[in-house]
Amino acid sequence: MPEENPLVEMEREIVGGDFQRAGDVSSELKNILQQAGFPAPFNRRVVIASYEAEMNVVIHAYRGIFRVQIYSDRVHIEVDDEGPGIPDLELAFQEGYSTAPPHIREMGFGAGYGLSNMKKCSDRLHIDTRVEEGTRVIMDFFLPSFMKG
Amino acid sequence: MGIKIREFVEPLQAEILVRGGMESEEVEGGYCGDLLSDCIAHAEENSVWVTVQSHPNVVAVATLVGIRCIIVTNSQEVQEQTLEKAREQKITLLRTSLSSFETVAILSRLGVPGKKRRVVR
Ligand SMILES: Nc1ncnc2c1ncn2[C@@H]1O[C@H](COP(=O)(O)OP(=O)(O)OP(=O)(O)O)[C@@H](O)[C@H]1O
Ligand SMILES: [Mg+2]
Repeated sequence: MPEENPLVEMEREIVGGDFQRAGDVSSELKNILQQAGFPAPFNRRVVIASYEAEMNVVIHAYRGIFRVQIYSDRVHIEVDDEGPGIPDLELAFQEGYSTAPPHIREMGFGAGYGLSNMKKCSDRLHIDTRVEEGTRVIMDFFLPSFMKG
Repeated sequence: MGIKIREFVEPLQAEILVRGGMESEEVEGGYCGDLLSDCIAHAEENSVWVTVQSHPNVVAVATLVGIRCIIVTNSQEVQEQTLEKAREQKITLLRTSLSSFETVAILSRLGVPGKKRRVVR
């Protein structure tokens, strides 16, 4: 497959602990996807996964960079954070597993569904993580071929 | 087949915190829950969301899902930032002293069906 240039690229900072702006990056992405004319069900799954990745930085890490590249037939997202990392990825993927502290749970986070939502919604999910350094989440979403122009 | 948002106010004895599009807009269904990753995965577009959560991220989730109206139950305090975000996004924000259960029972009587997204894809 020849390397094609993305239609749209976006790079945003995410600040750990900033619950006021949490979700704004994913909202911006949703608007871009809608303007690009992708089908709503496709946008929905990209946005769910994007929101969960964004919130994991806000809740669990110190800071992060969110990068997205939108192509005519796919979306590529990378979220790179400085943070505590994930010591046991398999455990972290279990639904219901969460290390979120009580005051975060009171806000309705920390159900332990974020990573499994990301896995269900993306076509490819890859996580690189180093304890006490940080985590990189890479996700790809492919448009069903019958939807391509 | 939608139900007008403004019809919720009286039966719920709700305070209107942010009007959003309530004069003209309708919802097609409802979702109830206080866990954000549950709501974002399962609520349907054009729904009303019943929750005790009232911080600004609730509006972020509603925006991403395409929820038209949030009903905060049990008279939970609502932060100013939540109101601001709801105004920006033109989402109707109501508050009632009723519990979530009582609220859903009334919405159901008004004809709002429960809607859950069953397939993620
Ligand atoms: N970026 C990250 N940095 C450090 N730890 C993380 C990160 N993302 C996830 N984790 C760890 O993996 C666990 C599970 O993550 P997941 O997103 O599934 O649930 P949660 O964030 O705890 O709750 P929810 O997403 O339902 O609000 C987290 O509790 C945390 O311990
Ligand atoms: Mg999470």
